[in-house]
Amino acid sequence: MLQNHEIALSVNNLNVYYGGFHALEDISLEIPARQITAIIGPSGCGKSTFLRCFNRMNDLVPSARVQGQVLFYGQNIYDPKINPVEVRRHIGMVFQKPNPFPKSIYENVAYGARINGYKGDMDELVERSLRAAALWDEVKDNLKKSALALSGGQQQRLCIARAIAVEPQVILMDEPASALDPIATLKIEELMQELKKDYTIVIVTHNMQQAARASDYTAMMMLSKEGSRAGTVIEYDRTDAIFTRPKDKRTEDYVTGRFG
Amino acid sequence: MNESQRVLSTVLRPRADHDRREKIIRAVLLLFSAVSIFTTLGIIAVLLQETILFFREVSIVEFFTETRWTPLFASKKFGVLPLVNGTVLVAAGAMFIALPLGLLAAIYLSEYASDRARKLLKPALEVLAGVPTVVYGYFALTFVTPLLQKIWPQTQAFNALSASIVMGFMILPLVASLSEDAMSAVPQSLRQAAYALGATRLEVTLRTVVPAALSGISAAFILAISRAIGETMIVAIAAGQQPKLTLNPLQSIETMTAYIVQVSLGDTPQQSIAYKTIFAVGMLLFVMTLVMNLISNWMTRRYREVYE
Repeated sequence: MLQNHEIALSVNNLNVYYGGFHALEDISLEIPARQITAIIGPSGCGKSTFLRCFNRMNDLVPSARVQGQVLFYGQNIYDPKINPVEVRRHIGMVFQKPNPFPKSIYENVAYGARINGYKGDMDELVERSLRAAALWDEVKDNLKKSALALSGGQQQRLCIARAIAVEPQVILMDEPASALDPIATLKIEELMQELKKDYTIVIVTHNMQQAARASDYTAMMMLSKEGSRAGTVIEYDRTDAIFTRPKDKRTEDYVTGRFG
Repeated sequence: MNESQRVLSTVLRPRADHDRREKIIRAVLLLFSAVSIFTTLGIIAVLLQETILFFREVSIVEFFTETRWTPLFASKKFGVLPLVNGTVLVAAGAMFIALPLGLLAAIYLSEYASDRARKLLKPALEVLAGVPTVVYGYFALTFVTPLLQKIWPQTQAFNALSASIVMGFMILPLVASLSEDAMSAVPQSLRQAAYALGATRLEVTLRTVVPAALSGISAAFILAISRAIGETMIVAIAAGQQPKLTLNPLQSIETMTAYIVQVSLGDTPQQSIAYKTIFAVGMLLFVMTLVMNLISNWMTRRYREVYE
């Protein structure tokens, strides 16, 4: 189904354990470049855990163990020679709850560039990133103001601008609109359509309508079998196919609201 | 009275009864919380009274400008500067040790240590805070000073440096513990945000966690300074009794607190001018630590980061 696309990320036989707990079981799929891929599924099936495998955020959990491969344009990011810090500079992330730093709007956007030793024009980068996140017009006169004074929706777009400023290829979004009202949510979704021209986007969402509206591909996750607590991808296809003619009975039950 | 009325009258006690009990409880609790306020006011009153008597005999200009402090000698001079100098010299030396080491310890405990290491180290660090100060004093005099004399032979038997060093280690746990509390209170979501932007652990610590915890860390620092200024036992034992205007830490000096101890323990007659000096010095000490604590309070409020 992905024959027409360049592949940005390729997951091969991925398993994740937290201590003795098997969290993700045997996931293999390919994420197309410059498309929006949604990950849906009931609570506790490992969607966020899966998303965090793409930028090695699971490394920060001391008990977490990842087996298998995640290839980023052909290079395994779990290769022992790879520095996870480097991975995160290419694969950015936006979190469920807006989490701007308690600094000015300007400093929030400049943060990633500063730690990466950005040599260019910082003002220009900040403006470009805020424009790309559709926030520039609202904050251009208040760049020195604390980011915490912004509304929730503005804060989340600031977090997107902050991620963009590092100039990653991929942006991971972990339920980016779940803490926002419908209007702010719509803005984020419109923004995603803009961003996919330049970035590969992987988004975890609880909101089925959002996945149907905003994504090109959808991966359906569920606990691998009755009684197990390990999550896995049970179906992966074009979004319209998942929502109109799912192949798996469990996907059909979930997307039609009969389950979950 | 039928059954249900009887149940009601026991379950729902009359309002007046309830109100009286509440009032008594409130009054008792108020009394207890007022005790500390009255104690403080009482101390201030006594200090103030004796200080005023002192300044009837000695001019306030002499007190703050004269460079000799000899109230126990035949030719009496009442310049408090040598005592202030001793206090500041020892406190500054102690801060030189306690602030950087305390902050580094806090950074390790909060950002680098595994759960197990933290559970082991934090109580161990706090044991340091539980050592009686008199033990620290003799440790300074009998262990640190001989060590210093090996390095710098001109070191006097009583000197500011050994008191500084030992006081620094005594205050270190206070700085570490309070700074660690401030850093642990920084939400995990901020650390994740920084990591997700490609920050290393050091960058997360120095550019995100420490700035976000800065108000708490500065409050810890100022509390530590205030503690060093007021510390008595170590300096009384190890720093000497020679009020001197000097910046040489290898010499014997006298701090404000050590002077008060010296006079209090001696046979100075009440109502004598020497007796009144300890109230004047005590008042100045009280004002200095009070100002520090006020600054610390103000900083915590003023710079408290609202994280969400």
